[in-house]
Amino acid sequence: MSVRSEPLVGAVRPARRAATLGAWLDRQSVFSWLMMAPPLLFLAALVGYPFCYGILLSLQDRPVAHPGTFVGLKNFATNFNDPIFWRVAFNTFYTAVATLLKMVGGLALALAMNQQFPLKNLVRALLLLPFIVPTVLSTVAWMWILDPAFSVLNWVLVLVGVPKPGPSWLGNPILAMVSIIAINTWRGLPFYGITLLAGLQTVPPELYEAATIDGASGWQRFRYVTLPLLQPIILIVTLFSVIFTFADFQLVYVLTHGGPQNATQLFATYAFDIAMGAGQLGLGASIALTMLPALALLIVALTIYLRRG
Amino acid sequence: MVTGRGPIERVVRLWLPVGFFLVLALFPFYWMAITSFKPNSELYNRHVMPLVLHHPTLKHYIDLLTQTSFLTWTWNTMLVAVVSTAISLVLGVMLAYPLARMRFAGAGLIAMTVAAIYLVPQPLLFIPLADLINRLGLGNTLTAVILTYPTMLVPFSAWLLLGYFKTVPMELEEAARIDGASRLQTMRRIFLPLCTPGFISAGIFAFTLSQNEFLYALIFLTKTSVRTVPVGVIAELIRGDVFYWGQLMAGALLGSIPVAIIYSFFVEHYVAGLTAGSVKG
Repeated sequence: MSVRSEPLVGAVRPARRAATLGAWLDRQSVFSWLMMAPPLLFLAALVGYPFCYGILLSLQDRPVAHPGTFVGLKNFATNFNDPIFWRVAFNTFYTAVATLLKMVGGLALALAMNQQFPLKNLVRALLLLPFIVPTVLSTVAWMWILDPAFSVLNWVLVLVGVPKPGPSWLGNPILAMVSIIAINTWRGLPFYGITLLAGLQTVPPELYEAATIDGASGWQRFRYVTLPLLQPIILIVTLFSVIFTFADFQLVYVLTHGGPQNATQLFATYAFDIAMGAGQLGLGASIALTMLPALALLIVALTIYLRRG
Repeated sequence: MVTGRGPIERVVRLWLPVGFFLVLALFPFYWMAITSFKPNSELYNRHVMPLVLHHPTLKHYIDLLTQTSFLTWTWNTMLVAVVSTAISLVLGVMLAYPLARMRFAGAGLIAMTVAAIYLVPQPLLFIPLADLINRLGLGNTLTAVILTYPTMLVPFSAWLLLGYFKTVPMELEEAARIDGASRLQTMRRIFLPLCTPGFISAGIFAFTLSQNEFLYALIFLTKTSVRTVPVGVIAELIRGDVFYWGQLMAGALLGSIPVAIIYSFFVEHYVAGLTAGSVKG
């Protein structure tokens, strides 16, 4: 290049500069970070910042539309002495029951569906409907199914001999929790079932043939071939399901509003009541943040597991 | 699998359990549908057999469409779902492509962070976000939800697309690079057109998630004119202790139909997306 005659220099220089800029932009690290910068900034602004701000809020006395004052751990102490808060903490046991039901029911669904039959794809599509229809809208249908005066479920129960007028599903604290668990299971079970079905379809048929030749019974084939191979999928689906069941808001808010007498109140709905209903943003944030240790544990476990997969 | 050896065994092993799960899954929708067509005289009469429809009427639908803002809510829901899905796909690709194809320091950490953000549930963030949206003056605007829905949808699309991108062979991109194409050209002209199935999966998922969203919409949208269907139905068809069951069911059914139609067209992509994270991961 340097031996070129004078008039050409002016023409070459910008081209060379463009070429070096192009080469710089084409470096893997430069290209990657430039490409990722907009989404990362977006997430930092609307997830990272609110997350940190939420921690700050939980340390403040902050009525809505007023400036906050730093109060240290006072909000957490208030929660500690609040009997409703402990009721809410106790209510999270529903996660365990609902998850177990979804796991067992989903496995049964997957095993039943893992056979050849006509219209299988249509049946699979229909079975997933509870999972894809907006939760609020299907919950409204359940409210009507469990209505105190015109419950169709009670109409059937009375037909088979239960004394009139039948149980008050959403008025009795225990039955309200049973209803929440049942509907949560109804909605989440197809997700388990269809995911496990996809897992079952990856099991090589030779394994079953070999087990059958070795004299394994149906139960033994399930216990020693199917279950060990499904274990990683069961674990991932369960972690997913636990996170979103534990932190659920919609179902309880619409079906029972946390009632009767806070019998179905969860951390999310209670934090909502305190922050949005009573206007105590700081106290509400501290209730929501109580979920953080358990959630962080679950999220880290699942993230590590997904990466290894 | 071992399939049925006789017709009775096939009934017990296949049709009984599958039938049970089908009835369980579909009954609430059946109930929604027939309730929405029942006149009030039948709806609130305990002496009429409730499981079937005796005198169908469209009254609840007409009332819903003329006396409430249901059509506005539907428009708002669609607009928000389409725009936030589009934003999420674009930003999702910008995250997923470098993570799937480039080697650079910090790639592993970013991938883990994206996965972790995807798993952060909304109740952890809604209080500070509500304050933030208020301070930005975005309360009661659709912008509030168009901005906040992608906080869930971007990490989700990025994660799903990352899995899909890794299954696309690299030869075409390598050839394009040898022919002198820049990385950006290679990505846009060669790579992205190959990934349509991945975009459909991620798009369907993001779209159904936006239609399903309730918490942010409930907090940010308190005026009838900006509400989405789930919030409008809950906030305006239940007035105090009075439930307009006929209209509620009509609204629930109409609100479910767009999702169900889109889902039925792309059910294979949806299932592929659903199982991508866990099965092949």
